[in-house]
This record gives sequence, structure tokens and C-alpha cells, in this order.
Amino acid sequence: METLILFAPLVGAIIAGFGWRLIGEKGAMWVSTGLLFVACFFSWVVFLTHDGVMEKIQLMRWIESGSLSTDWAIRMDRLTAIMLIVITTVSALVHLYSFGYMADDPQWKEGESYKPRFFAYLSFFTFAMLMLVTADNLVQMFFGWEGVGVASYLLIGFYYRKPSANAAAIKAFVVNRVGDFGFALGIFALFYLTDSINFDDIFAAAPALAEMQITFLWTEWNAANLIAFLLFIGAMGKSAQLFLHTWLPDAMEGPTPVSALIHAATMVTAGVFLVCRMSPLMEYAPEAMAFVTFLGATTAFVAATIGLVQNDIKRVIAYSTMSQLGYMFVAAGVGAYSVAMFHLFTHAFFKAMLFLGAGSVIHAMHHEQDMRNYGGLRKKIPYTFMAMLVGTLAITGVGIPLTGWIGFAGFASKDAVIESAFAAGPMGYAFWMLVIAALFTSFYSWRLMFLTFFGKARGDKHTHEHAHESPSVMLIPLGVLGIGSIFAGAIWYSSFFGKTNEIASFFGVPYAEASEHADAGDHGDVKDDHSDVKDGKAKKTSYVFTGKPGEGAIYTGPDNHVIHDAHYVPTWVKLSPFISMVIGLLLALWFYIWDPKMPKRVMETNRPLYNFLLNKWYFDEIYDVVFVKPASMIGRFFWKRGDGDVIDGTLNGVAMGIVPFFTRLAGRAQSGYIFTYAFAMVIGILVLVTWMTFSGGAQ
Amino acid sequence: MDNLLSIVTFIPALAALILALFLRGDDEAAARNAKWLAMIATSATFIVSLFILFQFDPSDTGFQMVEEGAWLMGMSYKMGVDGISVLFVMLTTFMMPLVIAASWDVNTRVKEYMIAFLLLETLMLGVFMALDLVLFYVFFEAGLIPMFLIIGIWGGANRIYASFKFFLYTFLGSVLMLVAMVAMFVDAGTTDIPTLMSHSFDAQGFSILGVQIVGGMQTLMFLAFFASFAVKMPMWPVHTWLPDAHVQAPTAGSVVLAAILLKMGGYGFLRFSLPMFPVGADVLTPLILWMSAIAIVYTSLVALVQEDMKKLIAYSSVAHMGYVTMGIFAANQQGIDGAIFQMISHGFISAALFLAVGVIYDRMHTREIDAYGGLVNRMPAYALIFLFFTMANVGLPGTSGFVGEFLTLVGVFQVNTWVAAVATAGVILSAAYALWLYRRVVMGDLIKESLRTISDMTTRERAIFAPLVVMTLLLGVYPALILDIIGPSVEALVSNYETALASAPSAIQTAASR
Repeated sequence: METLILFAPLVGAIIAGFGWRLIGEKGAMWVSTGLLFVACFFSWVVFLTHDGVMEKIQLMRWIESGSLSTDWAIRMDRLTAIMLIVITTVSALVHLYSFGYMADDPQWKEGESYKPRFFAYLSFFTFAMLMLVTADNLVQMFFGWEGVGVASYLLIGFYYRKPSANAAAIKAFVVNRVGDFGFALGIFALFYLTDSINFDDIFAAAPALAEMQITFLWTEWNAANLIAFLLFIGAMGKSAQLFLHTWLPDAMEGPTPVSALIHAATMVTAGVFLVCRMSPLMEYAPEAMAFVTFLGATTAFVAATIGLVQNDIKRVIAYSTMSQLGYMFVAAGVGAYSVAMFHLFTHAFFKAMLFLGAGSVIHAMHHEQDMRNYGGLRKKIPYTFMAMLVGTLAITGVGIPLTGWIGFAGFASKDAVIESAFAAGPMGYAFWMLVIAALFTSFYSWRLMFLTFFGKARGDKHTHEHAHESPSVMLIPLGVLGIGSIFAGAIWYSSFFGKTNEIASFFGVPYAEASEHADAGDHGDVKDDHSDVKDGKAKKTSYVFTGKPGEGAIYTGPDNHVIHDAHYVPTWVKLSPFISMVIGLLLALWFYIWDPKMPKRVMETNRPLYNFLLNKWYFDEIYDVVFVKPASMIGRFFWKRGDGDVIDGTLNGVAMGIVPFFTRLAGRAQSGYIFTYAFAMVIGILVLVTWMTFSGGAQ
Repeated sequence: MDNLLSIVTFIPALAALILALFLRGDDEAAARNAKWLAMIATSATFIVSLFILFQFDPSDTGFQMVEEGAWLMGMSYKMGVDGISVLFVMLTTFMMPLVIAASWDVNTRVKEYMIAFLLLETLMLGVFMALDLVLFYVFFEAGLIPMFLIIGIWGGANRIYASFKFFLYTFLGSVLMLVAMVAMFVDAGTTDIPTLMSHSFDAQGFSILGVQIVGGMQTLMFLAFFASFAVKMPMWPVHTWLPDAHVQAPTAGSVVLAAILLKMGGYGFLRFSLPMFPVGADVLTPLILWMSAIAIVYTSLVALVQEDMKKLIAYSSVAHMGYVTMGIFAANQQGIDGAIFQMISHGFISAALFLAVGVIYDRMHTREIDAYGGLVNRMPAYALIFLFFTMANVGLPGTSGFVGEFLTLVGVFQVNTWVAAVATAGVILSAAYALWLYRRVVMGDLIKESLRTISDMTTRERAIFAPLVVMTLLLGVYPALILDIIGPSVEALVSNYETALASAPSAIQTAASR
């Protein structure tokens, strides 16, 4: 069944991509979409019936060289199962949605067949992403990792006539390659030290790695920290974390369904998945994890600030994605892997929904993406409005405070992240960054809503008059994702962020009663709920994770109590995200509903700050000066000066003496004499050789 | 069949002889006959060579299917293949029919053109099979002549300069090799390659004019061979002949050059340098690793700013050969496996890229990147093929390009992390130049008036690419096809190398253990 899930999208991609001339455009679209729904159905079956026990399916041999041995294989555990449903569900819905969205794209001329290509790319992406999450070794994961990169490249550059789309596609691929540089070095280092790149061996070797030193570049490093750090560089690229994030906003050049699938719900979360997958190693790499936390928190904050002032509806959501990915990394960085996965899971629903909603708005507005030209659309496109409202409520984290789980999906998971951050470092940097980012998130999300759906219609009057609700193929996916955005958090709250034993059994991690574990035999028969064991003597909880690295889908070290502690943070901490959200909402109301002149005034009084944010902290400009321009300058220098003057110059100087001789020969070469001579020579040699052979053989 | 290797080697030469002796006339019919004969001969060679592959036993690490006969002055004609050479033989026989097919539109001196390529095939096969030093040298050097002519006669506007540059570079390198060969014969008393591989040359250090030569004779001999192979490879900084040669060569010439001739350098390192002069190799390994790393980054940066498509791909070839030399001199299983894999894979991928340039060159008669743009609008099939090989060239997992790069990097990481890190950075640059090329040629709107009527690939062109696509994918997904064959031989090579180093004079060991 897993094999079927994995290969159905590939088959779909091949049929749609190469067979559409035979089965027609519609046929290609239906086949690829149908296969995706099949994969989706089986994914849910797998997810719901999965018992947490890891299972491996060998498919084929792959790279084998000496002690290096890798297979194509499926590693089926809870992490994989979660990713399977996220990927196939969003992908199937996006396929369906694309029927409507791509129906008549103004980018293409009459009669051009662009749809089968689009569906083929989408299905190919899905296949690569599934390869990534089902991998049993780092190289197969790398295959998926680069495969989704290619799919992303193809889809960002889907409108290949647009120079901006082509530039964005290359940028996405190359920046991701910078991340892959780290990822690859991490793999090499792991193989060097553990003689294997299969997960089981790596996980088993993790404790030993923590004790090892490795000489890398200029100095000695702790092996576990170095490798974790290198792998995280890969994650930074794919998940658009600070310094390697510049490609993500530009990636919005792709069609909107692509943004929803790849640049919101699935591909960009691969980095988070990687960190969670490598949790047995990460647990032994405290310094690398501190860096992950720091960078995640900073990204969450920086992206949110940029999101405050963007005018393109998709870019606002793109920065929001980047910011939310920062949240996930903070959770993973502090050791709350299940919480990171929780936020990944809920985020996939509401962010895909926001993007598809935005796509519906763009569709309605004839591909206008500037929010300054929107306004008052809630009457025109009521269903889209409802969907976007649900998405906004989910991302800003609306719910009933202190219940933990009664609320929209984002409420449960985002609060869990913030509480975990506090539990790991009370009053720490990560906690405050996330709380502030939550306020900004609320502000820009509501700003988007108010600018788009409320107030007076702005911009081209004609466009507004013709604004129309999207067809039902686009609204149904919104509805399904809406259900997910509302309930996903509440339903799976206890599995991801419940009691230790609930999380443990969900992820297939061995666990034991804490008292028994800490102090064998003493309280062996006490089976109490952890809520009343707050005495702080013995271990705090009645259950602890007891697995060895590699047992279960995630590994939590014996000293890691973050998730447990997160339940016992002070009340004001639990309320903080809610308060931030309310403040953000009120500010947005004030700026865009009660006093619409306000944004302009603030903008004018804070011009430099506004420009700084509008220009995305000038990352692109700095990179252009520091990397892009010098690369081509150095290249030119090497070419003209290095190859031309130094190398050829030297050798020409040496050859000076014999040049006249050769120019004479050259004259003859053209006349054809030399040709005859040369052949006579070669054939002579060959005849000689042959004759000697046979006569020699005869002796 | 006792003479299988000789048969495979000399079928093309025989065909060349027939063409030279019996084909008369300059008319269309003669040209057509020449093409068909060449096609039949190269195809037959490929089919017969399959028997070599079937008979080959990977678990035997010695030479197989050996033929031996007396030859000039007590030297012997000796041919054989082992796990290291057999795939180069197969690569050659596989590529040649495609090369002939790609030359179908040649219309000047067709007979001579086909003779040149057929002879070249024989000589290249001889290089990979020869088990006698002199025989090897003859094949190795004679191979220069047809290539020289191919560039010099059927090349572009600046062909004379390019062909002489090519000839001079490679020939000067070979002279030193010849000197070393004489020295080897004097020392070992034989020119038999298998014997020489187990002969240990003097590695006692000495000093000349006050310069201490660590590793003694071995180091000097190594350097002499290195001069020849490094030029062939080509390694930085003796690579500058390659871009010129490629730019001027006709498409088929570029294909042979990139796919097969460049591999002779790598093959030479594996056949001679590592097994015969282990101490010399060890002494110079750091230098070579660094030259490789520099080659990767340097030539990738140069590729980034090229304006001529062929030049760009030529520089990219140099960068890819950097991975090969790096892998070889990492001198461990992964490194050498990766190097051989990379050479084979690069044979398919670079050939396809040069063919891809040829496709549009045939239509527009320019290699200028700026002359193109937006080809996808009129040439969707071409856009797909070119994209596939662009991705293979940047080492996308799932294509054969990845496996070689990955293994060489895994290999070198165990030896020198700096070199590994610098070389891995090349992966970023390769993506940049390859996609930048693709964007400028294929993507965008079709604005240029001259391109309005350009037509997509013909059936013949598609048929040439098809086998290359299949091989690139197949080897990327199931690399065991190659790794199983080369594995045992490489293992033997590595263990012999390590044993030789371990028993080297103690003065060297301190240098070696650095």
C-alpha cells in the first residue's frame, strides 16, 4: 500500500506529461488528479491504522560502494505517516483546485496546451516529496530533497515567458543548493564517522558521535554538533530560514496553487521534517540545537516585520509562511519535536487554505495581486471570504484561552510552540521573539483581510464590477481545508502535545512510568495522571520516554522534559499569545477600519523604517553586492586574465620558437597533403600491428 | 573467441581501410555509402563488444580475455581488460554509432571524415585494452592524429589555432611520459603492464641540485606520467586547450573528445600512476587534490560568464573532471568508484550536451548564447531534453551525474575536509551556470526574428538522444550496473595501493602519514 501511495503520483506525472496527446488535456488532468486522490485515500488509511511500529519496505538497491550501502526503501513510521497525509491531502486538493484556477490563464495564448504540463509537474513534485519523507537513508532523502527543488524550479518558472518568473526559478534552485552544500557535507561527515548513512545506524551511533571529535576545516569540532549544524544548513535553505530565505518571496511568481502546495504546506516544511527525523542525533547536539532555536526565533520575528508592510497579497502570505516555519524550528530546537510536527501539521491546512483563498481572490480580480487595489470584496465573493476568515482565525490562533485545545488549529499548535519555548528558556530570547511575532502575525493577517474584503473598492473599477465567485472545483478544496483548519488542532492535540504516554504511543516511542524509571520499585504501581504530580521531587511526570535513539519515530533524551514542562508554565505565559493576537487585531482594526488614514501617517513619520521593511531588510541588495556581482567579476577575471594572459600567455611564450614551423604546417594542412601523410602513418602502424599480432600468434 | 578484444578493436580500422581503398568518387552516393559503412562498422563493434561484457567476470580482479603475441623487438602485443578498463571499452563502442549518426549531415570530405572517426575508435579502444607499455603508447599517441585532423579539417573558423593548441599540449605532455617509460623499461626489464603493476620502483629519496626529492624515482616517474594525463584530463591549469578545441571541433568531434578522449587521462591515472608509483602518488596527493578543488571552483566561475555555449560546456567538463581526479587521488573505494562512475556518466551527459548544442547550431549556425532565447516556444521536445541533461549535469539525484559526484565527494571527505568543502561548493556554482545557460537559451519569450521558424528536433536527432537519456536515468536509479563491475577491481587496486605504501621506505612513511 505504501508503495502504491509513493508511485501513484509518479505514474500520474508520466501519463499527464507524456501521454496527454493520446488521452487529451482533460484526460491527463483527470488521471493525475484521480491518482492523487487514490494516494490520499490510502495515506489516510495508513495514518489511521498505523500503530507506531516502524516498518521498512525494501524496493531496490541503490548506491553501493565498499562499506557504503544504500537502498531505495520506504521507512514507515509515525513521522512518515503524518507527512503522507499532509502531502497527499493538500496535493490532491490543489490538483482539484487547479482545474478551476488554471482553466483560462491569461499568460497563455489561445490553443496552447499548458495544463497537462502543469499537472505533470504537480504530480512529479508530489512524488519527489513522498520520496523525501519515506526515505530510510539520507541519500534517498537527498534525492527527494533535490527532486522537490527541481519541481519547485519548474513550477516557479512555469510562466516561462516572464523574465521575473525565470529569475525567481533560478534563484530558488541556487539558494537551495547553498543549503544542500551543508546537507551534503553533513552526509559525508556522517559516513566518515559512522560508516553508514542509513538512519538506523546513524541513530544507534548518535550517543557515540556526541563523544567524538572531528577535524573539519580549520579546527576540531564536536562531531554531533557539527553534523547537526551542517544538516540544519540544508534545512535552512529548503525551509527559507533567515539568510537563505530570499528565494521564497520571489517564488510567488509561480501560479498560486503551486504556492499553496509547495511554498506553504509541504516542501518548505521539509527542513522541519529533517530536524525531527534526525531527532536522535539532534538530542546529542545541544549547541547546534541552540542555534536552531535562535535562528528559528529570529526568522519568525524578521519575516513577520516584513509581512507588516507588503502589498502583494501572496507576498504577505509568503512572509507569514517563513515566520511560521520559524515557529516550527523553535519547537524542534528546544527539543519539542512532536510540537514542531504539530504546528507543521496544522499549518499545512490553514496556510494552504490561505493561499488557495488568495488564489480565489486573484482569480476573481483577474490576476490582480496588489491589495491596494482590492477592498470591499466580501459581498462579491462570500465563500472565499468565509474561507479566508477561517484561515485567518486559525493562523492568528483564536481559541478559548487556557483550555489549550478548544480553538482553531493554529491556536492549539502555536500556543504549544510558545509554551515549549518558555519551558525551555523561561523569559528567553526565543519566547519573546515568538510572542512579538504572534502580535505581528495577527496584525498583518487582519490587515490582509481588511484591505481585501472590507472598506471601499479601490483600483480598477471595471475589475471590481466583474469580480466573481470561483467555481465549485475551487471552493470544495477550500471547504475541506477549512474543516482541517478548524478541527485539526483540537482532534490531534493530545497526540502531539498531550501527556507523555499519549505522545509516546502515538509516535511509537517506548515509555515507562516515571517513578518506576527513576526509582525502580518504589512507586511501581502508582498510575496517576501527571497533573497532580507537581511536587518536583522524583521525576515530575508519571511517564517518561525511555526509548533508545532510533526507537520510535522521534527520540527525546532522558534529560529533555520540555513538553512536560510546557504544560506547567505560568498562566500569563499561556495567555501571552492570545493577548498578542488581540492587540494585533485591535491595531489592524484601528489602522484599516476605524481610521484608514492612519497607515499613511505612520508611514510618513517613519519613512526609513518603512522602507527598510518594505525592501525586506535589503537582503537581496546585499547579496547582490556580496555574492552575485563578485562571482561574475571573478569569473571574468579568471577567464581573461587567468586563462588568457597567465596560462596561455606563458605557454605561447614557450612555444614562440616553434610557431613559425607550425604556421608553415598549417598552410599545408588546409591543402590536404598533411591529411594524406597522417593517414598513411596511422594505417601503416595499424597494418604493422596487425601483421605482428597474427604472425606472432602463429609462432 | 580467443581474439575477441582484437576483433572489437580492429573492426573499425578494417572498415576504415575498406573505405580508403575501395570507395571512389566524391558524389552523393559515395558519401552515403561511407556513412552507412561507418554506421554498420561502429554498430557491429558495439554488438561484438557486448560479448566482452557478457564474458567478463567482475569477481576476477585480474586481467581477462588476455591475448598475447610477439611484436617488434621482443616487445609483445598484449591486450586484456579488467574491471577498471572494461567499461571504458563499452563506453567507446556505445558512443561511436551515436557519433556517426550525429554526423549524418556532414557534406565535406565525407569519406575522410568517416575514416578519421573509425580509426579514432580503434585507437581509443586500443588505449583501454593495451597491456604493454609500448603498445599503449602507440595507441595513446596515434589517437591524437585523427582528432587533430577532425578539428583541423572539419572544424570552425579558428580551427587551425585550436588544433595545434590541442596537439601541442597533449604531445608535449606525452614526451615526458615516453621518457619515464624508457626509465621504467630500464629499471624493470619489461614493458608488460601487469608485471610493471607489481614491480616496486625505487622510492628512496635523493636530492638533485640541493632539492630533496621525496619518494625518489617514483615521484619523478609519477610526475612524468602526470604531465601527460593531467593535460588529457584536463586538469587546471593545463586545461586551456580544451575550450578552444571544443569550440572549433565539429559536433561529433566534441562528443568524442568529451565523452571518451578525456577519460584516457583518468584511465591512465588508474592504470599507471596509482598502482605503479604509489609512493609518488602519495607524495603528490595533496597537490593534486587541491588542483582538483581549484579546477572545480575556478572553471565553474569561468563557465558562469561565457558567451559561447560550447565554451561554457567545455569549462563545465573541466570542472567535472576535477571531481574525477579528486576521487582517484582520494585513493579509497568510494573515491575511485565515484571517479570511474563519474567518467562514464560524464561520457553520456557531456556528449548529450554537446549534441544539444549541435542541434541548434545546425539550424542557426551560431553558438552565441545571446543569439538564442525562448526556444521552448517552438522546440518543446528540445527544451525537455536539454533540461534533462542540464539537470544531470548539475548532479541531480536520480541521474547518473549525482552518483559520481556524490561518491567522489564521500571519498575525498575522508582524506581532506577542506578539499571536500571547496569541491562541494562547486555544486552551487554548477547549478548557477547551467541554469543560467538554460534560461538564456530556452526560456523566455521568443522575440528574435531569426528564430521564428526554427523547427523542433527531427526523428534522427531524437533517436540519438534516446539511448543517452536511458543510460543517464538507468545509471542514476540503479548504479549497481556499473558499481558491481568495477567494485572488486577497485577494491584490489585500493588494497594494493595501501599495501605498497605500508611497505615503502620509512622515510616516506613519515611523509605519507602527514
